[in-house]
Amino acid sequence: MRFLARRLGFYLLTAWAAITLNFLIPRLMPGDPVELLVARMKGNVEPAAIDAMRKAFGISDASLWQQYVDYLVNLSHGELGRSITFYPTEVSTVIADSLPWTIGLVGVATLISYLIGTALGVIMAWKRGTWLDGVLPAATFMHAVPYFWVALALVFVFGVTLQWFPVSRAYGLDVTPGFNAEFVQSVLYHAALPAITIVVASMADRILGMRNVMVTTLGEDYVVMAEAKGLTSRRVMWAYAARNAILPNITSFALSLGFVVGGSVLTEIVFSYPGIGSMLLKGVENEDFPLMQGIFLVISLAVLVANFLADLAYVVLDPRTRQESE
Amino acid sequence: MKIKIGAGILAFFALVAIFGPLFIGADPAATSDAGLQPPSAEHWLGTTQTGQDVLVQLVYGARVSLGVGVLSAVIATVLAVAVGLVGGYIGGAVDEVLSVLTNIFLVLPALPLIIVLAGYLPQRGVTSVAVVIAVTGWAWGARVLRAQTLSVRRRDFVQAARASGEGPLRIVFFEILPVLLPVIATSFLATVVSAILAEAGLSFLGLADLSTVSWGSMLYFAQNGQALLIGAWWWFIPPGLCIALIGTGLALVNFGIDEIANPRLRTIKVPRKARAS
Repeated sequence: MRFLARRLGFYLLTAWAAITLNFLIPRLMPGDPVELLVARMKGNVEPAAIDAMRKAFGISDASLWQQYVDYLVNLSHGELGRSITFYPTEVSTVIADSLPWTIGLVGVATLISYLIGTALGVIMAWKRGTWLDGVLPAATFMHAVPYFWVALALVFVFGVTLQWFPVSRAYGLDVTPGFNAEFVQSVLYHAALPAITIVVASMADRILGMRNVMVTTLGEDYVVMAEAKGLTSRRVMWAYAARNAILPNITSFALSLGFVVGGSVLTEIVFSYPGIGSMLLKGVENEDFPLMQGIFLVISLAVLVANFLADLAYVVLDPRTRQESE
Repeated sequence: MKIKIGAGILAFFALVAIFGPLFIGADPAATSDAGLQPPSAEHWLGTTQTGQDVLVQLVYGARVSLGVGVLSAVIATVLAVAVGLVGGYIGGAVDEVLSVLTNIFLVLPALPLIIVLAGYLPQRGVTSVAVVIAVTGWAWGARVLRAQTLSVRRRDFVQAARASGEGPLRIVFFEILPVLLPVIATSFLATVVSAILAEAGLSFLGLADLSTVSWGSMLYFAQNGQALLIGAWWWFIPPGLCIALIGTGLALVNFGIDEIANPRLRTIKVPRKARAS
């Protein structure tokens, strides 16, 4: 359990770093965000509104330390300030409304991509030297493709040209949100193309990573031994080689999560999916700094939680991490 | 073989970025009445909504996209070398602090952070965008270089340098750094590609300098000009394809190097008998 405790400590430290970074960015970047806003509105702002904005940013004449303490106290109550785009709605409310869509879409798509990609990597390493090697050049190409470009291409082919899938929104206009068959069906139907985008764009990394580790593992003595004992190929492949090869793969998967989430944010924008990525675009378009920062914070914390879950999976798969406590 | 193809692709784009605009001559921003033309003999890759030539834009865009990528990767690599080598060599508390810092930046999602930082920029020029991308992109290189430094510092020549009284900074930058140049070069190339991707993402959101033509800003204008609904595939396919090709070139170089280091990774025909069936 020492392993998990150490990781948890690191994530708490990182969460604190993200929170502090979030506090420092508006204060350290050149220029005053409020003046920036006023300038972009060409001075059409009442003095009272400027004061309100300053308050929303937590910028006051108090010492930096006092501002920091106030910021932390507000944050502990879940207060992220008010959104400028959706004034006077709280940023936390805007995020709470959009976050479930993102977690559902990105969470499920990432899981699917991980499972398929890892399995494909294992099989490709096992069947090395057969026609399956032909997948390699395609995977090499796909691993550098921008997510939003895959999204554009899929929208063009399957949305606009073939018209198989809807290309925007999370559910149809003709269904009422609620737990009924039509709504669920409509949600799944609308999530199909964005999910395929994320799966296609993120899977190549998993395939290539898993194949490389697996190929190295296949040369280990214990794998040769297992084959010599006459175990079935399936048992050798999954229970002996893949189980060991998957460990470094989980670590690299966890590290790639930030990248996957970044790509998914842009994917949501292409599909006008009502998740946190589309909110981020709204924030960007309207110079809505409180909203942008709140979203950055929430995404960072979500990635940290996902990393911790990956660590838990690691502990389950690798008994050595559990024995260290002795 | 893989290295040759990969290096060829990278060299091709580098040449296009450097010399392409000189050959093509035309102004990428010049508009004309011939809007949304599909590819033809006159416009090889068709035209945009405002009649700009997509091929001309693509060539000029290569210069900006690669320029931002290289500039940003230079800054990030300098940071990575400083943090990774110094931490790895000095060790102790300095190393603890630097590697925690590295790991924090490795875990934090880069793109949302870049977006927030870029949002606050008063002016979004090519240089400031490159700096913002570099600030979030150095951690991976630092981590790799730290691990390599840890193994190099125990070698005899480093011990000898220390025994002969060389200072720690001199050992780090004149003894260890040259040995690690191949690793630094690989990490530099990888950073160029991720910086190009980040710049494309930023421009696509409209958060970079939209007055200059880059592959990202082409995609931004294609998306906002309803290129998809009009069916103008020639407008948005080429920029993304170029980004992916550069990534492919780099990956091929990397895989080629991996295969030299680890021959098992090669895709040679394995005789049927050799595998347990």
